[in-house]
Amino acid sequence: MTTPSINVHQDDLSWNLPARGPVGMYCLIAAETAIFTIFVVAYIFYIGKSVTGPQPGEVLHAPIFLTLCLLSSSLTIHFAVRLLRGGGVVSFGVWWLLTIALGSIFLLGTLREWHHLIYDEGLTIQTNLFGTTYYSLVGLHAFHVTVGLLALATVMVFTLRGDVAKQHAERVEVLSMYWHFVDVVWVVVFTVVYIVGR
Amino acid sequence: MSTQSISVPGTDATRSPLVEQLHQWVTTVDHKRLGLLYIFYALVFLVIGGVEATIMRIQLIRPLNNFVSPQVFNRMFTMHGTTMIFFVAMPLVFGFANYLLPLMIGARDMAFPRLNAFSFWMTAFGGLLLYFSFIGGDGLYGAGNAPDVGWFAYAPLTSQTFSRGHSTDFWTLSLLVSGIGSMGTATNIIATIVCLRCKGMALGKMPLFAWLNLTMGGLVILVVSPLTAAQVMLLVDRYLGGHFFDTQAGGSAVLWMHFFWIFGHPEVYVLVIPAFSFVSEIVPVFSRKAIFGYPIMVAATVGIGFISMSVWAHHMFTVGMTSSGNTFFVLSTMAIAVPTGIKIFNWLATMWGGQIHFRVPMLFCIAFLFQFLIAGLTGVMLAAAPFDWQLTASYFVVAHFHYVIVGAILFALFAAFYYWFPKMSGRMYNEKLGQLHFWLFLIGFHLTFDFMHIPGILGMPRRIYTYEPGRGWDIWNLIVTIGVVFQAAGVLAFVGNLLWCAFRGAIAGGDPWDAWTLEWSTSSPPPAYNFPRIPEVRSRRPLWDLKHPEDPDWHYE
Repeated sequence: MTTPSINVHQDDLSWNLPARGPVGMYCLIAAETAIFTIFVVAYIFYIGKSVTGPQPGEVLHAPIFLTLCLLSSSLTIHFAVRLLRGGGVVSFGVWWLLTIALGSIFLLGTLREWHHLIYDEGLTIQTNLFGTTYYSLVGLHAFHVTVGLLALATVMVFTLRGDVAKQHAERVEVLSMYWHFVDVVWVVVFTVVYIVGR
Repeated sequence: MSTQSISVPGTDATRSPLVEQLHQWVTTVDHKRLGLLYIFYALVFLVIGGVEATIMRIQLIRPLNNFVSPQVFNRMFTMHGTTMIFFVAMPLVFGFANYLLPLMIGARDMAFPRLNAFSFWMTAFGGLLLYFSFIGGDGLYGAGNAPDVGWFAYAPLTSQTFSRGHSTDFWTLSLLVSGIGSMGTATNIIATIVCLRCKGMALGKMPLFAWLNLTMGGLVILVVSPLTAAQVMLLVDRYLGGHFFDTQAGGSAVLWMHFFWIFGHPEVYVLVIPAFSFVSEIVPVFSRKAIFGYPIMVAATVGIGFISMSVWAHHMFTVGMTSSGNTFFVLSTMAIAVPTGIKIFNWLATMWGGQIHFRVPMLFCIAFLFQFLIAGLTGVMLAAAPFDWQLTASYFVVAHFHYVIVGAILFALFAAFYYWFPKMSGRMYNEKLGQLHFWLFLIGFHLTFDFMHIPGILGMPRRIYTYEPGRGWDIWNLIVTIGVVFQAAGVLAFVGNLLWCAFRGAIAGGDPWDAWTLEWSTSSPPPAYNFPRIPEVRSRRPLWDLKHPEDPDWHYE
């Protein structure tokens, strides 16, 4: 059996290809971006087209504190990954836990906001177009935060069991890319829903 | 070839019990086995989709026919379209990409083998979900009921009001599930090409097959996701009482059209770009020349990928867009004819002056060239909005897109089947039977789809289950249905040929075509690890370099 190994000057070929993890994650992010784009377009297209109330201006209040929490969780996860690359597993765990805490605060805040909208303002997904598009878009994002938190929690469990070490930094970084993406999407959702949409 | 397996006397080490073999197939993460699973799965659905098409053609063979009821006819065209696109064409394309990409770029598997298996089973369950609607479509009250909303399922037909029961839910869930599988496979294809190329294979030295599939993967990621998003919205409307496509609450039915066609039109290119990739590999080998204009081919492909995402609303000229909107989509649609034209000229130039071997794969490729050209020309006709106003939703449109999907994509797929069958099975197909398949299918194709244009021009709308006599449509519909008989006979010859030769065919050897890409450098069928030693390449035709060390390609590239 023959293999096509042609006489190649070894020195003129330095062969370095990207790692598969980040490439796969970029693909996922591209696909998710397309999904969010469609939902954002639907939201913008339907602004002001609701036949009945309540309208966004009457019931929505920009969740500044929650936004700050979520955005700063991007910073904490960045520090966590950097510490793990340096070998500091314990400090990695602390920053990682902080990230989970910030993400959870955000999710709980969304929960409170929805509870208020549903029980105090009477806005459900069935009420009007605003309700349909609002709960779909914000809910899709909250779903991504939830998935991200579950993944972060899994890594946290591994960390507490002592299974995470320096060599896992690249994998953890791939997960952090997803978390950054979720945060960036929130910037868009926040702008569209709480600034443009009101 | 030397193997290092220990053979115990008296036992047949290669044969394990049937249950164990099945278990191996179900749990496999090997790209070659998953590729074959995709292909088998698609062939089963090809037969099912073909039967549905035949039922429609029998119903339309003469005016006022009563072969099936209007309700069944509606289900048939919905299921035929959905099946052929999502559960035949996509899995076939993915199957070939799965099987061939790692072999062509000198890798041992795809980048994410388990994601690969996951994607396949998602697609498989998506198909089962769609067909389960025959049993479960009406829920607990009444007989089975498949979806009957057309393959693009326009709102408000899909709302709870007009689509009772669960048939539409099965349709939307099956596309959602298989869409997730498609995104997984596309991710895998891209990551494999970007990360696993063997030493020396720079992007510009990849086989065109890899370049075209890379473009396809990117397109799938960007255009299948919007469909998934739209399906989620439809589910919100149907299950949670949302109003996305509910015009009474201020929603818009046109928005669904936009969302569907943002997926729907690039989907054609998701399917046809892999067809191009087969032709780009087969034509050079059977013309005994290197591909003409490699960089231009790559540029044209990527160009097609980009332009294809900006043409979707040419499906909607009759909806009532602004004239500037119409103009934009007319021009962008016509612009796509330029890179496609470049590709056709490049394939012709590859054949020009070559020593053409008219084996079965090449025959299918040549037919592909002619038919794809005609399909493109009727495409340019339909791209002109005033022309489209006359003929939209007529049989002219049906004939046009079947010319693309059957005349171009399916013909290229048949070429690929015959070309890589020796690699996948280790045995040669029967040349005579293959030629019989080609001629039968060619005659059947042209009888059906050439003459289908005419009733369209004469005003026959698509999706009607019957028609009055005396409108001048009768004879054309008869001819169209007769063509189906030839096509079915051709497919029978095809399936028989491959089944028989998979077990009884002549042993093919590693490189039966004297070809130039890496998959032919290993044994047929390839071992689980593909290559004993990971190859290194210096040009686009590594096996040419190996066979002609005195005149290697890298002197010229």
